[in-house]
Amino acid sequence: MGEVSTARAERLVNLVLALLSTRQYLPAERIRGIVPGYGDAASTEAFFRMFERDKAELRELGIPLETGSNSAFDPEGYRIARRDYELGDIDLAPDEATAVALAARLWDSPDLTGQARGALVKLRAAGVEVDDQAHAMVEPRVHTEPAFAPLLAAVQRGEAVRFDYRRSDSPERRTRTLEPWGVVSWRGRWYVVGHDRDRDAPRCFRLSRISSEVAATGDRAAVRRPDDVNLLDFVAGTSVSDDGASATTARLWLAEGRAAGIRRHARVLDRRSIDGEDGEVVEIELQHPEGAADWIAGHGPDAVVLAPDVLAKAVLDRLERVAAHEEGMR
Amino acid sequence: MSAATERMPRLLALVPYLLARPGIRIDQAAQDFDVTPKQLRKDLELLWLCGLPGYGPGDLIDLSFDGDTVSVTFDAGMRRPLRLTGGEASALVIALKALAETPGVVDTDAVGRAIAKIEVAAGAAEPAGVVVGSGVREHEATTRTREVLREALLHGRAIRMRYYAASNDRMTERTVDPMRLLIVQAHSYLEAWCRRAEDVRLFRLDRIDELHVLDEPAAPPPHARHADISDGVFSAHESYPEADLVLEPDARWVAEYYPCEELAELEGGRLRVRMRYGDESWMVRLVLGLGGRATVERPGELAVAVRRRAEAGLARARHLSIIGPQ
Repeated sequence: MGEVSTARAERLVNLVLALLSTRQYLPAERIRGIVPGYGDAASTEAFFRMFERDKAELRELGIPLETGSNSAFDPEGYRIARRDYELGDIDLAPDEATAVALAARLWDSPDLTGQARGALVKLRAAGVEVDDQAHAMVEPRVHTEPAFAPLLAAVQRGEAVRFDYRRSDSPERRTRTLEPWGVVSWRGRWYVVGHDRDRDAPRCFRLSRISSEVAATGDRAAVRRPDDVNLLDFVAGTSVSDDGASATTARLWLAEGRAAGIRRHARVLDRRSIDGEDGEVVEIELQHPEGAADWIAGHGPDAVVLAPDVLAKAVLDRLERVAAHEEGMR
Repeated sequence: MSAATERMPRLLALVPYLLARPGIRIDQAAQDFDVTPKQLRKDLELLWLCGLPGYGPGDLIDLSFDGDTVSVTFDAGMRRPLRLTGGEASALVIALKALAETPGVVDTDAVGRAIAKIEVAAGAAEPAGVVVGSGVREHEATTRTREVLREALLHGRAIRMRYYAASNDRMTERTVDPMRLLIVQAHSYLEAWCRRAEDVRLFRLDRIDELHVLDEPAAPPPHARHADISDGVFSAHESYPEADLVLEPDARWVAEYYPCEELAELEGGRLRVRMRYGDESWMVRLVLGLGGRATVERPGELAVAVRRRAEAGLARARHLSIIGPQ
């Protein structure tokens, strides 16, 4: 910390204290006269440069700097309203404080970790005891994507954004313009939901597939989130559903001592050998028959579907396609 | 951000912090602010020179030092910390929501109360626009497994378990020394020293089928290091063999799901990728399961292994259809 910045920090603290203690708006010239540090400015021009920079710093810190005049005859001045400046009363029980401490170290992004730590500093200053050194037996992590922070900021500002997006099933990158309604975490992955202007319809985009910077459009008027939309349901409905509506019971033959991954979810019904190979007939509940066909096909000759037919057919299709493909490679 | 602004949040928080804790030790305060005691003393010296217009003896912030402790005797009107910014409130509340959706970490009731209190205190900066849902419905068995593991961690006990190893599709018996529980991408893992592998391993809780807490202490060797999960849980060791695959458009998700290097975009929306794999049988299962939506270009042995397994699977199913299902 150099002497210049120490002097600046001192001037900024004095400026905050002076503006907090006044009900009257203090004009810049008056501030120059009373707050120590501004007297060092060599000229009026130098003072205003200094003062502009200081105002910008205070606003960046989140200090609500009010501008106005005491009367029609007075010049414009500044003050800080105490009720807007001060953190409200907060009192956290020990288990709540533990949760807060753990939450603050959840992020894997340095930016968000910094923000969360900033919040902890203020909570401590409000008298809350937060022990963030506490040993946690469970270490969860919230993984974020580079697009997370700019999208969240856009949602909070109600501003349309533009970004390049690649769908998972296509290499094509398209520029999309979105009026964002919210950012959603679903199954450990992040999505943004909003009104897609190009499609003129609500759409959901996975953050990891955004391949460009998220550009603000400056258009803040248009974003209106419908009241009846549930963002989580929207994302959940777009991805694979987990309602088990299409769940089915299947009967499989498993080779002796093989296909442990299937076996641990199954119930053995009988012993049986196929083509001289020992094995067992098992019964298993399948939540997603389509995904299950991939899973079972992966086991090749170690797992054969006995019923239902549609599943047996789906598995055979997969194996036939692989055999045909790899045949062509020879 | 300038050097002065980096210091400002601390300077603005210090006086209210000390007001709430008269006679606190300076080294304790330094620890809470994550700075050295020397830096904290510099901050206090600076604040001592600040105050209200007039700047006479009765206008300046006044501190009293007693040995290694400090108290505020005049606060110059800086009684409360600055309110939370929108970014600060969001960073905290979103993380709390994620915690509430994460099973078994903290009392979700406490998390809910903390969220409500912070949202009230944040006032105008009330965070919005983020929804967190784990979306993973946990089995009762996994919940029970976690409870047993927490007990084992709490009492520092080794455990013996029957674990499904997905890499080679086999059940294994292992004795491990638990280190911690982790939650990565909505799945719970036990990080432990595996005595069989003689290395630190991550075990997915829903793949633990039987679990016994042993009467011996957990003793991971001193050189056991936490697993690096910054890029997810799949660790592709450099010594592992590599495969080049061509993914059809509807198998491109593989490139997002597993760590791999994208080599080239091919015509028709196909993608050539290079992937490392620890166990050939795992890779064979992946390619077979993709049912023709992925082709092995290299190595030749892997392509042959995939074809043989597919043909053997077809032969067995045909044999079954000749004798008829029972």
